[in-house]
Amino acid sequence: MYQVNYHRASSVEEAAKLASQGDARLLSGGMTLIPAMKTRLAAPSDVVDIARIEALKGVKVSGNTVTIGAATTHHDVAGNAELKSAVPAVADLASHIGDPHVRHRGTIGGSVANNDPAADYPAALLALGATVVTNRREISADDFFMGLFETALEDGEIVTSIRFEKPEKAAYQKFPNPASRYAMTGVFVAKSKDGVRVAVTGAGDNGVFRASEIEAALTKDFSAAAVEGVSVSADGLMSDIHASAEYRANLVKVMAKRAVAKAG
Amino acid sequence: MSNVSLVLNGRSVSAEVEDRTLLVHFIRENQGLTGTHVGCDTSQCGACVVHVDGKAVKSCSMLAVQASGSEVVTIEGLSDGADLHPVQAAFREHHGLQCGFCTPGMIMAATDMIRRHPEGLDEKTVRAELEGNICRCTGYHNIVKAILAASEAMAKGGKGAAKAA
Repeated sequence: MYQVNYHRASSVEEAAKLASQGDARLLSGGMTLIPAMKTRLAAPSDVVDIARIEALKGVKVSGNTVTIGAATTHHDVAGNAELKSAVPAVADLASHIGDPHVRHRGTIGGSVANNDPAADYPAALLALGATVVTNRREISADDFFMGLFETALEDGEIVTSIRFEKPEKAAYQKFPNPASRYAMTGVFVAKSKDGVRVAVTGAGDNGVFRASEIEAALTKDFSAAAVEGVSVSADGLMSDIHASAEYRANLVKVMAKRAVAKAG
Repeated sequence: MSNVSLVLNGRSVSAEVEDRTLLVHFIRENQGLTGTHVGCDTSQCGACVVHVDGKAVKSCSMLAVQASGSEVVTIEGLSDGADLHPVQAAFREHHGLQCGFCTPGMIMAATDMIRRHPEGLDEKTVRAELEGNICRCTGYHNIVKAILAASEAMAKGGKGAAKAA
C-alpha cells in the first residue's frame, strides 16, 4: 500500500469537508477499498473514515417506508428484526454477502457507492425502485447506477441513506461463483402496486440492469412458470473464464424463476 | 503517522504508526503477538481473524488506525492462563488442526460464531459460517466437529460461554 493520510470524520459535514482535499476517498467498511489499496489498484492521498458516524447507522421501518443508514453493516441489516419482518428479501440478501467477518465491516452505502458489477445490493435497489439519499440530494436507483463501478455521485457527494417502499412480494436468488462466491448472476424480483421490477447483477457487461422481458411476463402472471417461456438474450452479458454470456443468460432465467418461487 | 490507542487483550496499548499500517501488522510487528497469521493477504482465508469490539473481522483488511479506540481480542487473549478456552480445548480434543496455520483464525471465527448462535449450532450452519476461513489440511471435518462440541460445552457450562468475548 502507498502512503495515505487517515482522517476520522465525526459528522457528514466534516466528512464532506475532509473528502474535498487532494485525491481523498471515503472509507466506510473498507472491504473493497482497503484490498484495492493493498494491491495499488487504488491510491488515494487521503481516506476519510465515515464508519463511526452515528447518524449514518441503523435501519428504520416506518409504516411502509424502510430507511437504511449508509454506514449500516451487512451484519446489522441481515439481523434487523423489523426489516426481517417488513422486507425479508433485503435482510436475506445481506446475510449472503461475503462471509461473516466481511459482513461485520462492509456497509450498504459502501457497496452501493462502489457499484461493483457483481455486488448484490445494486440489484435490490434497482428492483425496489429505491432512492439513494446523499448529503446533497435524492437520486432514484434508476438514475444512480451508471455502469461498471460508475454512479451518479459527484465529487465529495456522500451517500447518507437508502430508502424504499415495502413491496408486496420480493426475493433475491444468486448463483455464487464456486470460488469467490461473488454473484455470477443474481436476480432480485419485486412486486408492488406499481408493477413488477426485476433487476440482474453479476451478468451485465455494463453493471446491474432490469430484465424487461421477464418483467413483462411476470406482470401478466407472477409465477415461475411465466418466466419459463421468456427468452433472455445473451447480448450485453459478460463472458469470462467463469461463464459465457449464453450461460449467464440462462442463469438469469433460472435465478428469476427461483426468486419468484421464493417470493411466493 | 497516527496515534493508535486501543485495548488489546484487556491491556491498553498505544503507538505511533504509519496510517497505512494494517491492523494485523500492528498486532504482529508492533505488539509482538504473532498468533494472528497472515495467510492469503487478500481477505479470503481468515487466518488473520481477530475480534474488534466483540465482532470477528479480517485484520488484514483493516487499518490499525481504524481500530483506534476499540477493544481488540486476538488468539492470545482467549485462554485464562494455562486453562484453554473451551473452543481451544475442543480443537485439541477433536484434532481440529493439522499444520495449525489457519487455527488461530478458525478459533476466533468459531468463538464469534458460537456467540452469535446462542440457540445452538448444527453442522450445516457451521459449514456455512466457515465461508471466510480456509483450511488446506483437514478437509474441515474435525474443525466442524470441534466447533459443534465447543458450542455444546459452552451452552452447558455458563462460565465458558461468558468468556467467549
